Amino acid sequence: MTMPIIECRGLHKWYSGVHALKGVSLAITRGEIVGLVGDNGAGKSTLIKILSGVHRQNAGDVLIEGKPADIRTPKHAMRLGIETIYQYNATVPTMSIARNLFIGREPLQWSLFGIGLLDQARMRQESVKAIADVDLHLRSPDALVGELSGGQRQGVAIARGMHFKSKVFILDEPTNHLSVKETNKVIGFVKGLKTQGITGIFISHNMHHVFQSCDRVVAMARGEIVFDKPAADTSIDEVHDYL
Amino acid sequence: MKRFLKIYLEKPELAGAVLLVVLVVLFQLRSNGVFLSAENLRGMLGLLPEMGLVAIGVTVLMICGEFDLSVGSVFALMPMSVAIMLNADVPFAVAVLVGLAICALVGFINGFVTLRFAIPSFITTLGMLFMARSMTVVISGGFPPLLPADLPTWLFTRYVGPGGLIRMSFLWFGAIALLMAALLSLTNLGNWIKASGGFLEAAGAMGIPVNRVKITCFILSSMLAGFAGLVQVLRLGSPLPSIGDGLELQAVAAAVIGGTALTGGVGTVLGAIVGALLIRVIDNGLVLTQVDANWFKFAVGGLTIFAVIANSWLRRTARGIRVDQHA
Repeated sequence: MTMPIIECRGLHKWYSGVHALKGVSLAITRGEIVGLVGDNGAGKSTLIKILSGVHRQNAGDVLIEGKPADIRTPKHAMRLGIETIYQYNATVPTMSIARNLFIGREPLQWSLFGIGLLDQARMRQESVKAIADVDLHLRSPDALVGELSGGQRQGVAIARGMHFKSKVFILDEPTNHLSVKETNKVIGFVKGLKTQGITGIFISHNMHHVFQSCDRVVAMARGEIVFDKPAADTSIDEVHDYL
Repeated sequence: MKRFLKIYLEKPELAGAVLLVVLVVLFQLRSNGVFLSAENLRGMLGLLPEMGLVAIGVTVLMICGEFDLSVGSVFALMPMSVAIMLNADVPFAVAVLVGLAICALVGFINGFVTLRFAIPSFITTLGMLFMARSMTVVISGGFPPLLPADLPTWLFTRYVGPGGLIRMSFLWFGAIALLMAALLSLTNLGNWIKASGGFLEAAGAMGIPVNRVKITCFILSSMLAGFAGLVQVLRLGSPLPSIGDGLELQAVAAAVIGGTALTGGVGTVLGAIVGALLIRVIDNGLVLTQVDANWFKFAVGGLTIFAVIANSWLRRTARGIRVDQHA
């Protein structure tokens, strides 16, 4: 077996007395799209918050490409190649597409103590390309993200991760609050990850979305992984029995 | 054509700018040409930097999603502390730097308390409004100190430019405005300020140090207010503990007239200047056209409401204009 791109070993997390993760171990190989399902409070969010640097585990290890990684902040996770697409969408509606693509990672012409002049020409050029790469056709990188549909906004967030060559995408219920048509678009983006050899962890309440786009289904309940099978070898009914 | 229309309708300062032109024309006609005379412009532009600097600071802070109601009090506190230091034989430059450091400290406290205790900055800075004003009166000892006669006041008050149209303070104002405009639109810090106010969760999730960005804006707002207060005191020649009273709300009005969104994320330095200029124009125009000056606040109030309604209408209209790729 090849080395997993991301691996958790015995992760534990307590929140003021609640044992949210009880020794979760999970190894994901490069290019795999894993569907993570489970009820509210099953520990899905806790697990991905640890992987995306929002929270830290109380015990256990995270390994990225075999190397132990202590993910301290969201920025640190991004630097390690882990990009998270949040359900509330991490784009700023009052800013342009080009600026959104580079939020927090702006290319600078020069800088002093980390503050400097934006390379706006490069931002516009590269954002046009990044957007086209995810098959999103938008008229201008200067359009405000607030004018886009919900699915297009998720597309911008995914284009952002692609542009920064993220290795692992965590998609935290990216289809919430979207229409059927927009949802299909986002599922298309998820499938697109695979063709580019990018690993995905797709969290969703909707089993149909998971089976449409994932290679493997992992189910959590009460802070533990209770089910883990290739999507081709199982069915929605079987997964439901474990939840 | 449609595209240009859309671009201009989306400019947040558009409504304010149009109103400004309308009012200038109106006052010019009603005052029989006195309004735009060199003599009157001198008076008007001489006062603009004081309110304009405060409006710029408040605007930048509002763009990043926070409020500062303490600017009027800091406007008085800064020059008062400078005056007291000058009377204790502290050199002018040192006194000014210490005064600005006091402002920075006030801004830091505003920001730190707001973020650390997760309370609205409206409350924090309302508290600071009273505290800073009280401190100003206390340190003045009830009697405004006299300013020494040998101060380099010319640095701020001397008339320069063609026909002596503007004061030196206007040059300071212009330079600071350019700097702040560049900061907002050309730097990564500007990007972070807009992102923090536009959608705080997203900004944080993308790794922007949102708390540091906000505290920086609080400090900027306080320092600009203090500097503006110093400019006014050097013009008047005496530090009164009551100056800047009510200025905080005028600054918010200027920001809002200039298209700054109360909800954060939207606004420009140019808008703040347009807003501040509009308020000055009304103040001056009413006097020149012999309207009872007590209508001043009424006009500013009405204008504020009108500008916000006009702005949201413009934005909706701009959004409605669909521009396709080849337009």
